[in-house]
Amino acid sequence: MKRLSRFVLSLLLCFATIGAGVSHAAENVTVNGSTTVLPVAQASAEAFMKMNPGVNISISGGGSGNGIKALIDKSTDIANASRFIKDSEVKQAIEKGVYPVPHRIAIDCIVPIVHPSNPISGLSIEQMSLIYQGKIANWKEVGGPNMTIVVVSRDTSSGTYEIWEERILHKQKVTPKAQLQASNGAVNQTVSKNKYAIGYIGLGYLNSEVKGLKVNGIEASADTALSGVYPIARPLFMFTNGWPSGLTAKYINFIVSPKGQEIMKDEGFVPIY
Amino acid sequence: MKLRYIKQSAFFFVVRLSAAVIGASIAGFVIYLAVKGAGVISWSFLTEHPRDMMTKGGIMPAILGTFYLTLGAVVIALPMGIVSAIYLSEYAKQGPIIRIIRIGVNCLAGVPSIIFGLFGLSLFVVFLGFGSCILSGSLTLGFLILPTIIGASEEALKSVPQTFREASLALGVSKWQTIYRIVLPNALPGILTGSILGIGRAAGETAPIMFTSAAFFTGKLPQSIFDEVMALPYHIYVLATAGTRIEQTRPIQFGTILVLMALVLGIDLIAIVIRSRFRRKKRW
Amino acid sequence: MTRTTKELAIKRLFLFFALLSLFILGIIIIFLFYEGLPIFQAISPLDFLFGVEWYPTYDPPNFGIGALIIGSFVVTVFSTIIAVPLGVLSAVYIAEIAPLFVKELFKPVIELLAGLPSVVLGFFGMAILAPWLQETFDLPTGLNILNASIMLAFMAVPTICSISEDALYSVPKEFKEASYALGATKYETIARVTMPAALSGITTAVILGMARAIGETMVVLMVAGGATAVPESIFDSVRPMPASIAAEMAEAPFRSQHYHALFATGIVLFLLSLGFNLVADYISNRFKEVGSATL
Repeated sequence: MKRLSRFVLSLLLCFATIGAGVSHAAENVTVNGSTTVLPVAQASAEAFMKMNPGVNISISGGGSGNGIKALIDKSTDIANASRFIKDSEVKQAIEKGVYPVPHRIAIDCIVPIVHPSNPISGLSIEQMSLIYQGKIANWKEVGGPNMTIVVVSRDTSSGTYEIWEERILHKQKVTPKAQLQASNGAVNQTVSKNKYAIGYIGLGYLNSEVKGLKVNGIEASADTALSGVYPIARPLFMFTNGWPSGLTAKYINFIVSPKGQEIMKDEGFVPIY
Repeated sequence: MKLRYIKQSAFFFVVRLSAAVIGASIAGFVIYLAVKGAGVISWSFLTEHPRDMMTKGGIMPAILGTFYLTLGAVVIALPMGIVSAIYLSEYAKQGPIIRIIRIGVNCLAGVPSIIFGLFGLSLFVVFLGFGSCILSGSLTLGFLILPTIIGASEEALKSVPQTFREASLALGVSKWQTIYRIVLPNALPGILTGSILGIGRAAGETAPIMFTSAAFFTGKLPQSIFDEVMALPYHIYVLATAGTRIEQTRPIQFGTILVLMALVLGIDLIAIVIRSRFRRKKRW
Repeated sequence: MTRTTKELAIKRLFLFFALLSLFILGIIIIFLFYEGLPIFQAISPLDFLFGVEWYPTYDPPNFGIGALIIGSFVVTVFSTIIAVPLGVLSAVYIAEIAPLFVKELFKPVIELLAGLPSVVLGFFGMAILAPWLQETFDLPTGLNILNASIMLAFMAVPTICSISEDALYSVPKEFKEASYALGATKYETIARVTMPAALSGITTAVILGMARAIGETMVVLMVAGGATAVPESIFDSVRPMPASIAAEMAEAPFRSQHYHALFATGIVLFLLSLGFNLVADYISNRFKEVGSATL
């Protein structure tokens, strides 16, 4: 019995020691939010930490809503968002004494994708709208082979979906048969394994395993997104509580610096300038 | 007469077949994942931070994070669980109170893990304002494994023969001293088994820590219980579904799975071995 | 402090800790309802439960979780269909047929399966079983009801097997001996005496197995495909309740209608698994009263 109590005691002590660390925590920035922004946030954090040893940036990718929620709770320093903050969220934030400040960090192009074996190379917005509403259910209706279309979409609460709903679906409802995936990576993964599928992802997630489609004959690229020709592009944001200061400011400054924007480009996003 | 025996053989065949299907699929499953993961495991995989968008480097922060979360859960659940079990087995008399408590424990054991996640989110993260951190995750996991520990401890206490207690009480020893000096030491291996099984469960759970403590990536190791941590199960989940480079991180996913499986199954195996040795040693 | 007061104090203290489990259950319920009930200001409970349109982010939104409930039930039922024969027959094998050394080996293996983290099963279903199913049967998607049911069956088998085995094991020896004495074969004894005598235990096992399947999150999140439509075949994708909560909670704006709706979905899921557990508890309690003396 003694041994047991000693064991429990030592466990408690062990835990208390971890807890004691709270008083002398090193410089720390927490980032939370959109899965779209995740890759750039991580890549820039890795570079930033290499340049500034001793600082710690921790990143979670719960989604845009989650990030802003954490900002309102003051449990994160930076909230990544692939959409602008909503009125209801601003209201909640003000109630809690939090003043969200947006920082535009990059532009994201959303690209429709299909399996590489699919002969289709482009679709019009109208066609995609009908496909996503479930009104076109076979590839032959849009000039492809005679096979069913499997619609892959993002969760209806994600920022990426919101843009898709606005620009492609024009507020129509997506077919309930659509497979809803939790992230860009998952959509890419699903489409790369499924010759019937159509999905959409951020330009940063496009790789050789899937085929990007032209939209209304325009190819998604940095140039077309920057010039506004490409129809499905959106800015990505980082939100802070008030104007950032200290390490948070340093990190955001790094991201919008030429070096940080270079990272954006490497990760497949479009730099803001 | 003959038909009866044909029937019997047919039945035994089906029974053996289903046992074989179960055995073979478990073995195949574990071996497949182990072989896939084995190539990735190396010293640096276990001791390094992830690098280059998780495609290189190791999973050390996730291992450590799982260790902290599990340790915290045990520290919270073990004392509560053992004391509850002592009450249920030693003090409580049959009656409505104990009946209700027991139903409560059973129901708590049956609460889906995602509900624990929601509960942890609303109580610890939001209402108490801990935020997403080790403390919130440990509390959530601690509550999750509490019924496991209560159940195992109660069973262990009950297996101590009544005569031990009677002998002690007959010597004029008080009830609490009897429990502390006689019953608990004899039940210790059983209690240990239960807590180890609880540890295994806590280490492998994903849903309860998703909203309460898990981070996708942390540059440094956690410095206090109010920091977010990476954790093995969550790491597997995010790499397999949310990363940018799902295919490139595939080897890391398999490696992480092997580490998690080895950890959890190893912990469970220890519990099973302790229990069987204890059962064999028992002479009463 | 006298000895008796000390003893009493200890007893009270222990009672307090024993009541903590109930207390935790209580606050889980309170917080679920506290965060979930506000949704019913926007939608009636009936529309919420039976509406099949789940468009939580539209303007105006639809919060009908009918399709999600159906999704949960469908995967639970199919996984039960797969897991019950395998689990119960394996239990029969362990309890009645297996030689001792196989029994000693097999039981821990089943327990280890119970301890396998669900995310590992989900990963297996997603990365290995899904592409295989898709190619073999030329399906539009491998992330479907069948796949999720198979992986969930893996989770339910250990529960069903070990509880059934306990029930079979605890059937009094006299029953079997009496049966053999009457000239019954081993099969007849198992089928007509042991199994019926253990039936309530086996039923408990099946219900608890179903409870485990309906509440499991990671497997259905990763494997079920996530479509909110009411499924038409077992090759369709579904979105069971736990998957919906896990996938959307992160994205839902804090304390928005969507957030409350997800908590309300949690209430439904909680009540369902509570129901399963109470039924199992009731059955196993009645079963306890049936010993060799009462028959």
